[in-house]
Amino acid sequence: MEKELLNEQEIERILNRITHEILERNKGAENICLIGIVTGGVYLAERIKKKIEQIESMNVPLGSLDISFYRDDINLSKKRKAIKPTHIPFSIDEKKVILVDDVLYTGRSTRAAMDALMDFGRPAEIQLAVLIDRGHRELPIMANYTGKYIPTSRNEKIKVYLKEIKGKDSVVLITQ
Amino acid sequence: MKDLIGIKELSRQNIEEILNTAKAFKEVLSRDIKKVPTLRGKTAINLFFEPSTRTRTSFELAEKRLSLDVLNFSISTSSVVKGETLYDTLKTIEAYNVDYIVIRHSSSGAAKFVAEHTPASVINAGDGTNEHPTQALLDAFSILEVKGRLDGLKIAIVGDIIHSRVARSNLYLLSKFDTDIRFVGPPTLLPEDAPDNVKIFYDLKEGIKDADVVMLLRIQLERQKGAFISSLKEYFHVWGLKKEAFSYLKNDVIIMHPGPMNRGVEISTEVADSSRSIILRQVTNGIATRMAVIYLLTPKEA
Repeated sequence: MEKELLNEQEIERILNRITHEILERNKGAENICLIGIVTGGVYLAERIKKKIEQIESMNVPLGSLDISFYRDDINLSKKRKAIKPTHIPFSIDEKKVILVDDVLYTGRSTRAAMDALMDFGRPAEIQLAVLIDRGHRELPIMANYTGKYIPTSRNEKIKVYLKEIKGKDSVVLITQ
Repeated sequence: MKDLIGIKELSRQNIEEILNTAKAFKEVLSRDIKKVPTLRGKTAINLFFEPSTRTRTSFELAEKRLSLDVLNFSISTSSVVKGETLYDTLKTIEAYNVDYIVIRHSSSGAAKFVAEHTPASVINAGDGTNEHPTQALLDAFSILEVKGRLDGLKIAIVGDIIHSRVARSNLYLLSKFDTDIRFVGPPTLLPEDAPDNVKIFYDLKEGIKDADVVMLLRIQLERQKGAFISSLKEYFHVWGLKKEAFSYLKNDVIIMHPGPMNRGVEISTEVADSSRSIILRQVTNGIATRMAVIYLLTPKEA
């Protein structure tokens, strides 16, 4: 069974709010950079970057991060998932890094992403922005910017569809 | 896929998956910290029954960049000289609980034999005159990086083809793409039964003048039983790639060599050090490609 949780307009409003929260918390866009976690987070980070440009007329560095090499759940005997290139064409040393992901769940992806970032340099701060927080954390991790908190059960699935890949913006809850 | 024994068994899709993954690892190698924790706590062993410094070093670095623990086992220090069979060597190694075995052996089929008798993932690092799959993959990756594609390219493989597992693996790989493959060299070093998709040239200039890629092979004196060439000096005179060739080669040709190269035999110093040579890029790409292969293989649970 599928149920739409957020439509295009709601996602747009959420991203507007998150953008303003980022700017408020960091007192502008000075010294910040956006890094999206592959794949969904990259498109969300791109949209936030454009919104910051409109509001502050500032060009914020944008990178993408594939966390596959940092996962703690590689099952050696199972087929690996395809990897998208990581692209961080700037130094993150002493920067405030805003990590962007579509769904926050166990926290393990965020842990992997933070480990990866530490290999790229020594950021002044790492902040986390997510579109959906669905609960069930297995690690002590929380987001600084949350689009929507949606309590779920573990056998439910959250699908985030974005225009850039799926042609439409929508967040859907799938119950088996 | 548990093992990488040869290119022959791979599909074009398998190859593209490896090359795409290698691209991600190439990015890792460009970072300040060139190591990822991906395979932490797992073990690889490099089993070299034939002398090799480059391939072994490249595999070892690839393994270390993936955070594997690495053991090296080579012929001079091994018990093979004491009479142990390959099977018993393998069982001994298995008792160490290794997850990846990289093997080089002078007998064709050795890697396949090992793969069939162990749950570990086995990677063929050269078996006799059969295959050297990671070399062909890194060559393809290097061509792709410079040319942006494999399809539609004219690729000339020059030199000692019959003794070369590199040539064989490259032939299998390039045949899975829409490429125009040529074998160029003296009749004594070219196969009599070349596949239909390969054009044979007994003249260097004719074979390479419109090629997009020229792959030179090392003259493998250690594998030649008999007189295949009259002398190295004469080989260089007739078949060596010298700077005069730039007068008729394509402007954007790339020149490759799997190493170790013999300057003054297959290639002149001017050509080896020219801007068209991507020989050192091949060395760097070897690490990224081997990381990709190791990462993608799936050992069986022991």
